[in-house]
Amino acid sequence: MRRILIVEDSGSTRAFVRAVLEAPDFAAPQGGCEVVEASCGFDAMRLLPRDRYDLIITDINMTDINGLELIRFIRRSAHHRQTPLLVISTLRAQQDAERGLALGANVYLPKPFTPEQLRESCAQLLGAPRKASESSGGGSRTP
Amino acid sequence: MNEGGGRGDGGARDDFFSEAQELVDGLGRDLLMLDEMLKKGHVEPEIINDVFRGVHTLKGLSGLFGATRMAGLSHQLEDVLDELRLGRIDVDAGVLDLLFRAVSLYARILSSEKGEAEDPVHDVEQLLLALGQVSNRRAGEGVGAVAQYELDPGLLGVLTEYEEHRLRANIQQGFALYRIRALFSLATIDTALDAVKANARPHGEIITYLPTGSGGDADSIELEILMASKASLGVLSKAIQTGGVSVEEVQRRAPSHSIHATGLPSPPSDASGTAPSISLHPAHPREAPSLRGGPSSAPAPISDVPGLVASNVPSPATGAKSTRPGSGEMSLRSVSQTVRVDIRKLDRLMTIVGELAIVKTAIAKLTDRARSRFVETREFATELGRLNRSFERHLAQMQNGILEVRMVPLGQAFDKLARIVRQISREHSKEVNLVVTGAETEIDKLIVEELSDPLMHMIRNAIDHGIEARDERLRVGKPVVGTIALNAFQKGNHVVIEVEDDGSGMDPKALTAAAIRRGVVTSDEAKELSQREVFALVFMPGFTTKEVATDLSGRGVGLDIVRTNIAKLGGVVDIMSDVGIGTKMTITLPITLAIINVLLVEIGGNPFAIPLASIEEAIVLDESALRTIELREVLSVRGVSLPVCRLDRLFGFASAEHRRGRSFVVIAQVGDRRMGLIVDELVGQQDIVIKPLGRSLARVRGFAGATELGDQRVALVLDAAALIEEVLIPGETRFFGAADAGRS
Repeated sequence: MRRILIVEDSGSTRAFVRAVLEAPDFAAPQGGCEVVEASCGFDAMRLLPRDRYDLIITDINMTDINGLELIRFIRRSAHHRQTPLLVISTLRAQQDAERGLALGANVYLPKPFTPEQLRESCAQLLGAPRKASESSGGGSRTP
Repeated sequence: MNEGGGRGDGGARDDFFSEAQELVDGLGRDLLMLDEMLKKGHVEPEIINDVFRGVHTLKGLSGLFGATRMAGLSHQLEDVLDELRLGRIDVDAGVLDLLFRAVSLYARILSSEKGEAEDPVHDVEQLLLALGQVSNRRAGEGVGAVAQYELDPGLLGVLTEYEEHRLRANIQQGFALYRIRALFSLATIDTALDAVKANARPHGEIITYLPTGSGGDADSIELEILMASKASLGVLSKAIQTGGVSVEEVQRRAPSHSIHATGLPSPPSDASGTAPSISLHPAHPREAPSLRGGPSSAPAPISDVPGLVASNVPSPATGAKSTRPGSGEMSLRSVSQTVRVDIRKLDRLMTIVGELAIVKTAIAKLTDRARSRFVETREFATELGRLNRSFERHLAQMQNGILEVRMVPLGQAFDKLARIVRQISREHSKEVNLVVTGAETEIDKLIVEELSDPLMHMIRNAIDHGIEARDERLRVGKPVVGTIALNAFQKGNHVVIEVEDDGSGMDPKALTAAAIRRGVVTSDEAKELSQREVFALVFMPGFTTKEVATDLSGRGVGLDIVRTNIAKLGGVVDIMSDVGIGTKMTITLPITLAIINVLLVEIGGNPFAIPLASIEEAIVLDESALRTIELREVLSVRGVSLPVCRLDRLFGFASAEHRRGRSFVVIAQVGDRRMGLIVDELVGQQDIVIKPLGRSLARVRGFAGATELGDQRVALVLDAAALIEEVLIPGETRFFGAADAGRS
């Protein structure tokens, strides 16, 4: 079972990503996919230390903690230093995307994207061997 | 699912509509706030960024869901907004007009995406053109002076383009930079952070929030907040310190004469001594607190920086934006059918369902007992009766609960109206203030939706024809800014909405004269009209022509439609006016349309239902108290005379037989109007679900619909409001003819 975290403040975009990635045509070859949704950077920071994720997808333009800050946080954290990271943001935000990549994101997928493009990027990132989840992240209390 | 490029499945598409609708509504609200700020001469950059983010999200959404028209508009709009928020073009009323236009277009595009309206291709193209011209206005941005501050280059790497721009803009204005550092519990960070923001905001602008990556365990997180402010450190500390948060000033580099163009993201380079200092590296290592550094080492040894670190998370404060208005041009109705429900309402329903399940079990047991023959009948009946009452009680609660779920605050409709006020007052160069009270009054979601358009017409009218032009207001000594008050409140089973303006008012004599000229009433009829009836003339279809409206500088187009639409909702509109003082229109509406409590009556052997909400009382008809005054039958009830209507005659049953025995008078009241409806029998009260009459009978006024009575009979539901209007207001005979023809 692959666990994917989507950090995005638009509920429909999250629903869209979930629909695409949890659909059997994508999920089955991966041995099943579970998409976990975070609606802001803080949500993500709450979720990340508690669990293993095989892929993190994040938007950049979010209130409070922006996606770049989140990427930096993730790359500095104990658990997800090496978890594949996909940045989704609009095409016009080139500079933001570049900064995201510089901070350690692996792939930038401009919005809007088709289901096919999303599947492709995710498959590519999930295909990479995963090292960074020694699963020490369980056992935390809930807030 | 998800075959076919770019479309999600049906469920996701529903999400799309409700989210898009919410975003569009939010945009409208933000624009109004922006408008307000612009008028006051101080625009908070954050609001522009909010608008940008809304459009940005809309664009992403519409792209994903294949809404190309919307994506196209959003794309161009985003360009303009990006220029605005990055300070490359200035916000002015003209640009704001375009943005408002975009909001109304969004609403229409959404309807067309749903297949409910035409695709507004032409209007979109026009707007795109106009937006294109705005984008071209851009000037080069003055480049900032970030380098003079002791900021960690790492910090700059995580700023979005916008944040970077804001940082620059603030530095250019000579504001000081501060770091606010606080430890938050992850569980409560949202509210705690809101509190910090609320304290900080009056003093400047928050540029970004940075998790330091230190000091926190899995349950807490340390944030550094970068803020620009003109306040001194002392003032700022005092404001923010409260909850236990530390503040320190970001130091300026010593030799700061040179502030030359440097793009922020430029890689940190070691500047040579004489060149303009563009280095982002700390010049003085000891004073280089890294905004983003590792575990905060020693606090910066700056004399006037108190170490404000405290351990408590500040208490939550109100960070909520005030609800502000917004809306569209063609129709204000939203495409979203979604009702957002307070979870507590659903919880209550679940509790009731639980109770009902218990009653059901008890009934089942009782039934088993009944099957065995040893039960004493009386005991059995008692028990069954008890259960029945219990069941009824819970069922009633359940019904109320479900009704409650359908209830939404009227504010949903009011929000959109403020946008209309702005738009129309700009079109007419009149300054108008909209004052709203009672926005929290709840009413059925369906009614709220149907209400938007009539309210829009009324407000348009008030501005068009009520509020005087600026010079005129000055001349008569009124405040230059006109006021439209929108008041809502609950009154028994009804919701009352008032639209009141402080404009020129209407002259009853002029109204009557115009009505006679238009042939709406004869001069004889006109003499009989009460003042209320005179004002009500403006709702007559023949009356509201442009010519007359101009004659009177009176009421404009569309008021007859307002009355018709309100009547469809089971409501009435009243109007009162004082010359020179203003006009007040009052809408009275039932709270819900879904399930209604009715009084069943019999007329000519046929069952009819009268909504209880519009009934004041029912009495036995005392024929001796009936008199005929000027062709109208009037009943004297406790000294007050009440116009009555013999429904059997009205419906054409009259000649069938001459009834023996008592008849009854059902006294109906809607708004301020009362009338006695004479019926043959009172049958009893019942809760019914109204079914519409269907297309072919839709034009028959006086009936709200029909309902099944449970004994295979169908009853027509009387629309008391329409009946009263039809009977009491002269000059209209539509109803009688239609109703007669409809009966057999």
